[in-house]
Amino acid sequence: MAELTSLRAAVESLVRDGDLLAMEGFTHLIPFAAGHEIIRQGRRNLALVRMTPDLIYDQMIGAGCARKLVFSWGGNPGVGSLHRLRDAVEHGWPRELELEEHGHGDLSNAYVAGASNLPFAVLRAYAGSDLPRYSNAIRFIDCPFTGERLAAVPSVRPDLAVIHAQKADRRGNVLLWGILGVQKEAVLAARRAIVTVEEVVHELEAWPNACILPHWTVSAVCLVPGGAHPSYAHGYYERDNQFYQSWDAISRDRESFQQWLKRHILDTEDFEDFRRVLQEGMAKEVR
Amino acid sequence: MSALAPFTAAEMMTVAAARLLGNDDVCFVGIGLPSAAANLARLTHAPGVVLIYESGPIGAKPDVLPLSIGDGNLAETADTVVSTSEIFRYWLQGGRVTVGFLSAAQIDRFANINTTVIGDYEHPEVRLPGAGGAPEIAACAGKVILVLRQTARSFVERVDFITSVGHLDGGEARKQLGLPGQGPVAVVTDLCLMAPDPVTKELTVTYLHPGVSREKVQAATGWNLRFADAVGQSPAPNASELETLRQLQRRTALAHGRTPDA
Repeated sequence: MAELTSLRAAVESLVRDGDLLAMEGFTHLIPFAAGHEIIRQGRRNLALVRMTPDLIYDQMIGAGCARKLVFSWGGNPGVGSLHRLRDAVEHGWPRELELEEHGHGDLSNAYVAGASNLPFAVLRAYAGSDLPRYSNAIRFIDCPFTGERLAAVPSVRPDLAVIHAQKADRRGNVLLWGILGVQKEAVLAARRAIVTVEEVVHELEAWPNACILPHWTVSAVCLVPGGAHPSYAHGYYERDNQFYQSWDAISRDRESFQQWLKRHILDTEDFEDFRRVLQEGMAKEVR
Repeated sequence: MSALAPFTAAEMMTVAAARLLGNDDVCFVGIGLPSAAANLARLTHAPGVVLIYESGPIGAKPDVLPLSIGDGNLAETADTVVSTSEIFRYWLQGGRVTVGFLSAAQIDRFANINTTVIGDYEHPEVRLPGAGGAPEIAACAGKVILVLRQTARSFVERVDFITSVGHLDGGEARKQLGLPGQGPVAVVTDLCLMAPDPVTKELTVTYLHPGVSREKVQAATGWNLRFADAVGQSPAPNASELETLRQLQRRTALAHGRTPDA
C-alpha cells in the first residue's frame, strides 16, 4: 500500500545494504533524486540492475554504493564513456565491480519474466555471439515443442524498484506516459517499490489504457518535483543535455568527481538543496 | 544563392547509407551515424520509411536528431510509443523489422560486430559501452546495414569480441546458426561501400566514394582487402541530399548546443 512520504524516509525504510536494486527509466524519467538520496544515506553492497546505467549509476558506482552491475548498454548517451563505471571495471576503484551484461531485448524481457513470476525469459538471439561464453546468465534451451534452440536468461526479481513518474493521486496511484522503458515491468517484478513524482493531484484523470501503477503495487510515493533532472519528464521539462556533456569532464578523474560528489550530494540536505547548489555553480560559470 | 560547399567524407558516408533505405522499409535505428542516415532518407527519397527506436517509439519523425535513444522528440513525433520489452518482442522478434541500421566500435572481415571490449574480456584495454539492442537486431532484423568510420583500428581481421553476430567465419556459418535475419548486407564507411561476397561472405569493396583510392581504403583496413571485379564509384551527394543533411545538422546543433555526428 503506497504511503505518501518524504524521499528521505522512503530510502531510510526501504533501501537496504546488499539489495538487488533496479532504478529504471529509458533516457526519460530517470530517478536521479532517489539515486542521490541513496548515496547520501551511504548504502553499500548494492547489486544494481538497469538497462542503461546512465549518469545515475555512474554516480552511485563512483560513490562506492555498488558491488555488481547488471546492464545492457553503459555509456553517456551522445557524449561518450561513463568514466566512473570504466574506472571501477578497469581499475577496481573505488571497489571491484562485478559485471553481468545482456542485450536490451534480453534484459527488458528478463523484467517481463520477473513481473510474470517466471524463472526465466526466452528469446531468439545470441547464437554466434561471444556474450554467452562469458556469462552464466545467458544460456540455451531447446523448445519442448519444436526443438528450436533458443536463448534463455534468468528473470530479474529486484528487492526494490525505484522509478520516477509524472503524477500520483492522494491514494498513491501512479500515472506515467511518454517513453516508458521497462518501468512498469520493474515495479511489478520487485518486492518493494519507491516512486518519486512530479506532482500529487486529486484526480489522475487518466484514459482507460493509460500506464497506471495502482497504489497497492507501490510501497512509497514521494513528491519530488524535478526529481528526474538531468533526464527529462515528458510534459514537465526537457533533458538537460548540457549537464550530460559537462558530466564528461566532472567524472573523468577521481578528484574532480569526489569534489563534485561532496559539494552536490554529500553536503546537501536533499534534492531541492542539490538543485540550488547546482544552479549557484552554473551562475558562477556564466560570470 | 551561393553554391554549396564541397561535401565532406562524413557527409558522403551518411548520404550513401541513407540511399540504402527504401520507402517501404521498417528500420530499427541505432543512435549516432545510423540515426542521421535514417532520418536523411526519410527527409529525401523515402518519406514513408518507418523508423523504430529501441526505447519504444514506432514511426518516429524527429525534426532534430536525438542525442540519446529515448529523447522526447522521438515520442512526440511517433505513431505510437510502446514499452521497450514490446519493441523487442512483438516488433523486432515478431519479424516486422526489414532493416537494422547499426554502428560499431570494431568490425571484422565477416562483418561481426564488437561493441563490448578492446582486448581481453576479463582485462580489457578499453571497456566499451556494451551490447545495447544490437545482438537481438543482428539476429532478427530482415537484414543489417552497418555505418561507421573506417580505420585500421576499427576494421580488423578478427574482432576481439563478437557482441553481435555478422557472418561468423563466413560461408554457410551464419546460416547454420538458424537465425531469422540474413545479417549484414552492406557496410558504409567514409571511404567506400562494402558488401559480403555472396559465397564466402567476406566483406568486399563494391563502391569507392569519389576521390578515394584503393590504397587509401586498404590502409584503413586491418586485413588484406578484396575488391569486387567491377568496383563502382558512389555518386557524389546531390544538392538536395546535401542541403537536407546540413539543415538537419544545423537544427540539431541549435537544439542540443553542439554538433552531432555526421
